Amino acid sequence: MNRKERNHTKKIALYGILIAAALVFSWLEAQIPPFFAFPGMKLGLTNIVVLLTLYKLGSGSAMAVNVLRIALVSMLFGGMMAMVYSLAGGMLSTAVMILLKKTGKFRLVTVSIAGGVSHNVGQIAAAMLLLNTSGIAWYLTVLWFTGLASGALIGILGSELVKRLPDKLFI
Amino acid sequence: MKKFHADVLLVVILLLVGGLIAGFAFLYGQQGTMVEVRVDGIVQARYPLQENRDTVIHGTDGENHLIVENGQAYLKDADCPDKLCVRQGAISRRGQSIICLPHKVVIEITDDVGTDTQESVDIIVK
Repeated sequence: MNRKERNHTKKIALYGILIAAALVFSWLEAQIPPFFAFPGMKLGLTNIVVLLTLYKLGSGSAMAVNVLRIALVSMLFGGMMAMVYSLAGGMLSTAVMILLKKTGKFRLVTVSIAGGVSHNVGQIAAAMLLLNTSGIAWYLTVLWFTGLASGALIGILGSELVKRLPDKLFI
Repeated sequence: MKKFHADVLLVVILLLVGGLIAGFAFLYGQQGTMVEVRVDGIVQARYPLQENRDTVIHGTDGENHLIVENGQAYLKDADCPDKLCVRQGAISRRGQSIICLPHKVVIEITDDVGTDTQESVDIIVK
């Protein structure tokens, strides 16, 4: 096996592990009973994996891991509707994080906070369009701040992981 | 030092915008007069908030049990798996809503003018 082939195999395995980890986090989060009456209010554990991918492997990889994770989770536990909401939130937040990281002006925690907020904004925007109501905008008040808080928490965890996991693990 | 600056700025902006949204929600959060029931975006019924009522809403894939009493509206029960709509509690302020995603049911508090203003907002959103 030459070097190129070995790297290729390593890459497949690496992405498999990342998507699997994201999948487990999604599942874990779905097991937490919704103690607050706000659909969409969540910790965003999965974003740890997305952040890790973004900082270790780059923009395209982060988007790919997140979109694949959402597709898998929706097929396993959710459904088509859940997939639309998740994609709206997931793709928007990943895009925002990619852009913010590219400016090079922000720390990982800040990138994660913006990601948390934009995730919730994306989901509410999707719900407004799908349900044909703007009444749901009321949720934005709550979800804006919960997104900020969970983004900060996940950002702290994520930046520790990015710092501690050696780069050579990621080819 | 410059890096630190950009981070703080962004977080402050995010907090300010969040505050604005909260202020907006509060301003529009006055007591409503009507309960509007929508399924898949289509208005099914409008009830006065001051009249007590006990009715069943036929949603897309199931039913929700709507109670209106003492100027408040809430869903007493639903046959959806997560029952998030039931957990959302009672609503009475204009613009507040209870949403059941699986059944595509939206219960929203409006005023006498109805959804005219609401629809114009929806058009802008689209």
